[in-house]
Amino acid sequence: MHPILSTVLQRLALGIMTLFLVSVIIFSSIELLPGDFGEAVLGQAATEDTVAAFRKELGLDKPAYARYFDWLGGVMQGDFGKSFSGRASSGIDRSRAVVDLVGPRLWNTLFLASMTAIIAVPLSLFLGITAALYRNSVYDRSVNAATLTTISFPDFFVAYVLVLFFAILFPVFPAIANISADTPFWERVYRSALPALTLTLVIVAHMMRMTRAAIINLLASPYIEMARLKGVSSRDVILRHALPNAWAPIATVIAFNLAFLVVGVVVVEVVFVYPGIGQLMVDAVTTRDIPVVQACALVFAATYIILNLIADIIAIATNPRLLHPR
Amino acid sequence: MSTKESKKGDILLEMKDIVIDGFSDERWHEIVKGVDLTLRRGEVMGLIGESGAGKSTLGLAAMGFARPGCRLTSGSIKFDGMELMGMPEKERRQLWGSRIAYVAQSAAASFNPAHKLIDQTVEATVGHNIRPSADARTDAVDLYGALQLPNPETIGERYPHQVSGGQLQRMMTAMAMSPRPDLIIFDEPTTALDVTTQVEVLIAMRDIVEQFDTAAIYITHDLSVVAQMADFIKVLRYGEEVEEAETRKMLKEPEMPYTKSLWSVRSLEKPEDKSEDIVISIKNVDAAYGGTVKVLHDVNIDVPRGRTVAVVGESGSGKSTTARVITGLLPPMNGEVLFNGEALPKALKERNKDQLRRIQMIYQMADTAMNPRHTVEEIIGRPLQFYQGLTGRARQDRVVELLKMIELDESFLDRLPGEMSGGQKQRICIARALAADPEVIICDEVTSALDQIVQEGILKLLLRLQEELGITYLFITHDIATVKAISDEIVVMFQGRVVEQGLKSEILNPPYPDYTQLLLSSVPEMDPDWLTNLQNDREAEQA
Amino acid sequence: MSDTNSTENYSAAGEIGQVRQRRTLLQRAWIELKKAPITAWFGLIVVTLYVLMVVLAPIVAPYGEAEVFPDSYAPWSSDHILGTDQIGRDLYSRLIYGGRNTVGIAFVTTLLAFVIGGAFGLMAAIDRKWIDQGLSRMVDVLMAIPSLIFALVILAILDKTTFNLIIVIAVLDSTRVFRLTRAVALNVVVMDYVEAARLRGEGLGWVMRKEILPNILPPLIAEFGLRFCFVFLTIAALSFLGFGIQPPLADWGSMVRENASLIQFAQFDMKAGLTPLIPAAAIALLTIAVNFIVDWFLHKTSGLKDEH
Repeated sequence: MHPILSTVLQRLALGIMTLFLVSVIIFSSIELLPGDFGEAVLGQAATEDTVAAFRKELGLDKPAYARYFDWLGGVMQGDFGKSFSGRASSGIDRSRAVVDLVGPRLWNTLFLASMTAIIAVPLSLFLGITAALYRNSVYDRSVNAATLTTISFPDFFVAYVLVLFFAILFPVFPAIANISADTPFWERVYRSALPALTLTLVIVAHMMRMTRAAIINLLASPYIEMARLKGVSSRDVILRHALPNAWAPIATVIAFNLAFLVVGVVVVEVVFVYPGIGQLMVDAVTTRDIPVVQACALVFAATYIILNLIADIIAIATNPRLLHPR
Repeated sequence: MSTKESKKGDILLEMKDIVIDGFSDERWHEIVKGVDLTLRRGEVMGLIGESGAGKSTLGLAAMGFARPGCRLTSGSIKFDGMELMGMPEKERRQLWGSRIAYVAQSAAASFNPAHKLIDQTVEATVGHNIRPSADARTDAVDLYGALQLPNPETIGERYPHQVSGGQLQRMMTAMAMSPRPDLIIFDEPTTALDVTTQVEVLIAMRDIVEQFDTAAIYITHDLSVVAQMADFIKVLRYGEEVEEAETRKMLKEPEMPYTKSLWSVRSLEKPEDKSEDIVISIKNVDAAYGGTVKVLHDVNIDVPRGRTVAVVGESGSGKSTTARVITGLLPPMNGEVLFNGEALPKALKERNKDQLRRIQMIYQMADTAMNPRHTVEEIIGRPLQFYQGLTGRARQDRVVELLKMIELDESFLDRLPGEMSGGQKQRICIARALAADPEVIICDEVTSALDQIVQEGILKLLLRLQEELGITYLFITHDIATVKAISDEIVVMFQGRVVEQGLKSEILNPPYPDYTQLLLSSVPEMDPDWLTNLQNDREAEQA
Repeated sequence: MSDTNSTENYSAAGEIGQVRQRRTLLQRAWIELKKAPITAWFGLIVVTLYVLMVVLAPIVAPYGEAEVFPDSYAPWSSDHILGTDQIGRDLYSRLIYGGRNTVGIAFVTTLLAFVIGGAFGLMAAIDRKWIDQGLSRMVDVLMAIPSLIFALVILAILDKTTFNLIIVIAVLDSTRVFRLTRAVALNVVVMDYVEAARLRGEGLGWVMRKEILPNILPPLIAEFGLRFCFVFLTIAALSFLGFGIQPPLADWGSMVRENASLIQFAQFDMKAGLTPLIPAAAIALLTIAVNFIVDWFLHKTSGLKDEH
């Protein structure tokens, strides 16, 4: 087998393995719940029968590993169980399937994340690469100081400052990103402008700094000096000698920061009351709606793992040592 | 091009009063302090000096180039009548890779891993429009052939990681030669290679430079290598010129004391002394890393008491692994190590304090062999405390005594390793080994990282200590001159096997086994005709 | 031309070595400080002010942490410098006490993360066998879950006490400390002086404490600064979301949340609009200060300059 294929398959297997272990950890967190949480969910007035029925629905009469595989089996088929909310002590069950709660929210979050990524990735690559090329110039120093300051800001600080300026003092954009399934596309973009801008500012700072470091590291290679000493023009040194070796570090930087974006989403969605998965998770944590919390956590972790996996695969596929084995 | 019209003997490069600054510790200081250099067409100049002499910096300055962190401060660099100093980089770039080419020390790092070798070979030639791509490629194949590269037609289609280090170094020479430059700067091109490979590369480089009548600056720290390559030699020290002379004259009658000292180590020779009293005996040892890759095959070595046994071989010969087996760092798969006739436990953990104390080790790099955060007193004092239980005043007195033994004094007690020179550091390592009061000291390439003059001091010290204290040395080295200087017996190793062991006089004189012959004949000698003679001998043998 | 140190008059002690003048720690620190860039000075002054505020909170604050006054959402005045919050507590006092809680808890958490991560990281670097394998794989899996998300999952289940908060964040953050400690320690473990100590017969304790630890301290100190910033921001974010430091304890994250609605009055009263931003800015200022110090420190200790 070609070494690239085998290495990629190895990484894939490792990724699936990690995802599996993560699902075990997330699932077993429910085991930490106090024994009387049934009452907590259903309310003080719940009868013993309703509590017992609820416990049976959760499979608490079965051993933990059996419950895990039931849950995993469901997850594989897109069934994350039913939400804890909407259940009454009387035993009337108006709870909704977790998937129906998470699904639309996930799309909203992906919309916001993509919108951010489309602005942030090219912008930070541009800033990072130019700062590396003109390092120690006034430009580099000012970009550096600005990003060092920005990465120090809490997400909600950036968010509220933007709200203060662009929604309150100069009402250009709405302070509440109120979107729903039937919001037209451009309306969506308009209403999501401030959350996307917040995330962009936070991400660009990190991504730009990492890109700069990666490029400087690359430019220090002896083969770059050799290319210069062969009289290759600055443009070709970058395009022909640096770029083919830059994909792996750049992919890593992008993956890392997109994963970081996923986390930033939680706070930003709460600030702007954006109906995404981050806000859903925060609400679920507040009400201890465990099935929803688990589903959200799994989605976040899977995104994280998949992004890193893609970066790994790009690094492998552009590695000349693997492309052209001995 | 103007090259072909001008005659041999015209001045090609003229550097006057060159000053180059380097930036460290937050300020600029001079690395090269006003050096002049003149090179005529078709001439090869050897630029020689120890680490920190500024020779590479000066070599690059001949191209009008300064590494990041350095700057060309003042002086004049005239290349073929053009002043490079103050010339815009765009114009200098027109010269680089067309009329001046550079060959770097580390070929493996200097080739771009993402491109085929032939594309990199012709890049400058095609980029500067010296000749069209197809011509340049045909010519590159010819150059590969001339440089004795295997399969010249196809080797260019490979990627850098697919060929060996010696081949890459020749490949880089082909790359430099492709545009037919007027001048090539060779920057320590063979330093990273084994001696047997070095010879092949040297022959290839010298022949091609002669064939095209290219002028060259050959930078190295090895006088015997430069003697083969250069018409005349310039010696640098601390960024200043010591002297310059025609090669033969320089070798025969160097003027300056410093130049004389450069090859003084070669005059040091210990008379050999036979002994039958064996202190360490390695019996039928096989060893492997990770239990799979076997690196030692049935190794047998006897080390007589109070004598020096030199283990010689190239990288990968297993000489350092042998040391690891003796110290217990790498327990052997088969066989055993006898110490005074008794088998030592195989693994380090099973040995007791006394067994550990009797065998001490000195490393190649004194820098990494001492904890940079410990003072000299702590470094030498620790074994005293650990093995002999000395503390306080008694410990300090003994440390001072040991410092005196290695020709240093108590002013060194509170110094950190970073505050001493290379030779002083290696002396402290020797004192640390002595502090344990050992019977055997394993010296792993202890002089190869040091400057020539310091090497001699260290070797003399080791010999004196052996005389006074009767210590036994197992001396691991790849340098034949050092072997001559210090050993009584020699062990030759190749690919994990002992080729032969015997008294120095037996090993260094014929008849030789094949490998010993190859190894010994590949060590450059201080004779300008050595390489030519060797080449003739080897061609005669093959014929 | 130089003919010193020739064979005839060679002496080992006479060789050139860079001897530094012996100075006390304080003297050296002062020399470094005098050369420090303005950003580092800014950072040091800000951090000093914060430390003073944290230590002297009860003296500096005009009112108690949970003291309630009749006016809720009172405007800025001489009685209440920053006004009062939604249930009438003095915001200026809560800002000071909040600093004490937020900074203090973040500091303790980071310290704990370093003790856990550092110890295991060192062990893994030295052992290199199954301890290393086991720990490294475990950390890989833990790090595959973003730590804020992981913290949310656990805080959904556990009681929201300060103790739980510290433990959860410290354990999650120790994975990163583990990675770094292991990586830098691996560079030191391969050094000949560590091998020399092992050949001498030194025990694991000596090798860890005397040979390795002093040499990995500078990067670890820098990392402590960075991790502190990260932990500080994470705790602030959790508090902002309502899962961090719980009332009646004051803290900067939840103060932002509680007073966020004031921001919409900015058109009418700029001061009111700025009120929720003040605790957020307090967080930002400290993080910037620490980042500036770390930046300078890294530059000093690693000798890491872009040019080289």
